[in-house]
Amino acid sequence: MFYETDEHHHDAGGSTMLGFWLYLMSDCLIFAMLFASYGVFGGSYAGGPQPHEIFELPLVALNTSMLLLSSITYGFAMLAMNDGKVRAVQGWLAITGLFGLAFLCIELYEFANLIHEGAGPQRSAFLSSFFTLVGTHGLHVTFGLIWLVTLMVQVGRKGLIAANQRRLQCLSLFWHFLDVIWIGVFTFVYLLGVLR
Amino acid sequence: MSIDNPVAGQPHHDHADDAHGHGHSSEEAHGTRKDYIIGFVLSVILTAVPFGLVMSGIITDTRVTAGIVMVFALVQIVVHMIYFLHMNSKSENGWTLMALIFTIIVVTICLAGSLWVMFHMNANMMPGMASGDMSGM
Repeated sequence: MFYETDEHHHDAGGSTMLGFWLYLMSDCLIFAMLFASYGVFGGSYAGGPQPHEIFELPLVALNTSMLLLSSITYGFAMLAMNDGKVRAVQGWLAITGLFGLAFLCIELYEFANLIHEGAGPQRSAFLSSFFTLVGTHGLHVTFGLIWLVTLMVQVGRKGLIAANQRRLQCLSLFWHFLDVIWIGVFTFVYLLGVLR
Repeated sequence: MSIDNPVAGQPHHDHADDAHGHGHSSEEAHGTRKDYIIGFVLSVILTAVPFGLVMSGIITDTRVTAGIVMVFALVQIVVHMIYFLHMNSKSENGWTLMALIFTIIVVTICLAGSLWVMFHMNANMMPGMASGDMSGM
């Protein structure tokens, strides 16, 4: 992998970005299915708690701000990458990772609270689809964090070589894409759920 | 979405690469600091307003609030696409945009179709629930 010729390398890179975009689109379809099932099951409470009784909007607002902040800090990492500043890239990646970790912790705290209150995924179809949709997003963020730490190590060891730049760009797409999905989640699940 | 930006301290082979004509190199492909800041400010506003509307309950008609919230979400998704994901018709010869349009079509069919079918199933198959269980949608 580290001995590729330049030509080969760039050809691979060129198709990597398009291929990764196509992967993201397929991921988008997975989320569309989960949103659709939440739309279908979201009104089936089975006598259990309803959205406005269990969702805490201040917590969700805090969560959303963590993800938004992590988006712009990742953007700054990309700008630092364009300038060829290794230290700055790692610094911004670390800050992005911390925001992502804060997001995950808040989400896990929310989940733990819900399960503690007896509003776990087994309680009703609404809660099953809620945990599946939001949990899948949370899993994506988790893998994004693992990927981010891996890249920090990679950048530390090899510097901003072309392969690492490509990896950083893929993660950039992935990270911003998760933010786009979260817009759907906080609107469709939380805000409209509380309004219901 | 181009990988061709030269970086200091690295072999410079962009000219050779450009000659191959991959057609995915563009100076603005990564966005600028200004782009990211504009995108961030816009998305903060587009997030704060719907949260504020719902949490304060200023508008008493929840259907109006729901409509506004959904419009804000759609606008914010477009803002993220442009300022953070740098979507434009030129990247990868327009293939990313084509893939995106295709995805939007499938997502729309999937979401609208599921809701429509399930609404009619609820409305037609459950006695005493003629108005449908999905009234909250």
